[in-house]
Amino acid sequence: MSMPLRTPGLPPRHSAPSAVSVVLWCAAVAFVVWSFAGAGLSLERLQRGIPALGNMLSRMFPPDVERLPQILWSLLVTFQMAVAGCVLGLILAFPVAVLAADNLSPHPAVKAAARGLIALFRTVPDLVWALLFVIAVGLGPPAGILAIMVDKIGFAGRFFAEAMEEADKGPREALEALGATRTGVIFSAIVPECLPSFVATSLFALEKAVRGSVILGLVGAGGIGVELKVAFDLFDYDTAATIIIAVFLLVLLVEQISDRIRRALI
Amino acid sequence: MQIVRPAEAFPATGTAATPAVAVVDLAKSFGERSVLAGVDLSIAQGESVALIGANGTGKSTFLRCLIRLTEPDRGTIRMLDDVVTDLGAAELRRFRSKVGIVFQKHNLVPRLSALTNVVHGIQSRSAGPRTWLQALAPREVREEAYACLAAVGLEDRALQRVGSLSGGQSQKVAVARMLMQRPRLILADEPDASLDPKAGEDVMDLLLRVAREKGLTLVTVSHRLEHAVRYSDRIIGFDAGRVALDTPSAAASVHELRSFFSDRTAA
Ligand SMILES: Nc1ncnc2c1ncn2[C@@H]1O[C@H](COP(=O)(O)OP(=O)(O)OP(=O)(O)O)[C@@H](O)[C@H]1O
Ligand SMILES: [Mg+2]
Repeated sequence: MSMPLRTPGLPPRHSAPSAVSVVLWCAAVAFVVWSFAGAGLSLERLQRGIPALGNMLSRMFPPDVERLPQILWSLLVTFQMAVAGCVLGLILAFPVAVLAADNLSPHPAVKAAARGLIALFRTVPDLVWALLFVIAVGLGPPAGILAIMVDKIGFAGRFFAEAMEEADKGPREALEALGATRTGVIFSAIVPECLPSFVATSLFALEKAVRGSVILGLVGAGGIGVELKVAFDLFDYDTAATIIIAVFLLVLLVEQISDRIRRALI
Repeated sequence: MQIVRPAEAFPATGTAATPAVAVVDLAKSFGERSVLAGVDLSIAQGESVALIGANGTGKSTFLRCLIRLTEPDRGTIRMLDDVVTDLGAAELRRFRSKVGIVFQKHNLVPRLSALTNVVHGIQSRSAGPRTWLQALAPREVREEAYACLAAVGLEDRALQRVGSLSGGQSQKVAVARMLMQRPRLILADEPDASLDPKAGEDVMDLLLRVAREKGLTLVTVSHRLEHAVRYSDRIIGFDAGRVALDTPSAAASVHELRSFFSDRTAA
């Protein structure tokens, strides 16, 4: 027969949830349910949608390779747009990140401004930037390059700044203590230490840029997106299929290569 | 067999005319906590001084205040030819370049080679991309850096990454970087603390030898009392943010110094 053990002070297994947390949970669940209703996603819609999708898929195959040369050409333009925009963005992201980093910024006001810029560039989607630049510089790849550049300043600026903030402060202090300038400290102690992280961020930025550059064409910012939009508009689904497969292969290739480089660096 | 204490083997050469360090009423608090409560201290040119004291008695804070890595609240510091406490930002930078520091952690950049880390020492007197990497540095700078590495016995590790060196080797590279700086005074905060007994002795030996060869003033914090006795001319004990002991090393023994600690803890 077991005796009940009594240990004073032993905390209970569970504590009762507070009234506030019960209310918050109920509200969250209700909102999720409402979201499904609001989006109008219903079984009946799905039932109608699936055959339509099947129909389109069947018209996609076999993919039409007649326009393959043009498609490959636009794909190359898309990739170049991504590379150019990305490189510009990364180069500009570095000084912005230095100004935004807690430990390197020359002044709190400058830091706030740099952070504000990064936040703005990061939170506004690249598609919106593309729309703005199409208006500013006209249709075509330059608008795409600028949109990618701005997006990457936001993306890389944030991660560059974080990497530099996390860098060991020992080497930095040692150089400051021997009288080095701020620039000297940044390039001698901080950049070398952050280099692997910078490269990883840059490769992610490039992957993101390649994926993103496809969509930018849809709003007229140049590249293969334009071809894709035209193919869909003309119900030319078998050409669209070729484009989608080509994009898929390009993105896959870039991801594979950047993955290799990252692995080699770590 | 006669045991020669290094401090005697390398006699101090400096004249005691103007002190290398003169501190008057130095005080520093962090919030409510008073760490330095009016330190008065004078160190002669070419003298080797060991600072001892229990954990948290303000030894590191004192060293950091000397070059204003930590700003003191009150007091005056005269060091070399400057009134440190009066210097503006640009003058402070110039002053710091004359003071070599070795920390408990070597504070080198692990991903860079030993030679590049030593080249960084040149930043005490010049700037620009050619001071960032040994590969970019002018020939004279590379040669001087290599000579500094040779002085600490690590010329064969010049192109090895610091991250792959042992703790003792790294600490010697840090000393080499400090030499590259051509300092006029050396501050060392527990340079022997994270090293094994042999490596710790090597580093202390090296620091004293360098100081004696060039007639530099050396201030070393150490928790190893036998090091404090062996490698200094004078021992200064800190307690509660003040100087509580000041004795020539020749007159001190490890045993007596130990009682300096136990008396304090008992009090
Ligand atoms: N930046 C700081 N902010 C707040 N408190 C600090 C700071 N630096 C030092 N202190 C405090 O000052 C006191 C003295 O520290 P200090 O490092 O000078 O002692 P120490 O004599 O070097 O000790 P140890 O022998 O452990 O190295 C400690 O209580 C420490 O917590
Ligand atoms: Mg300390």
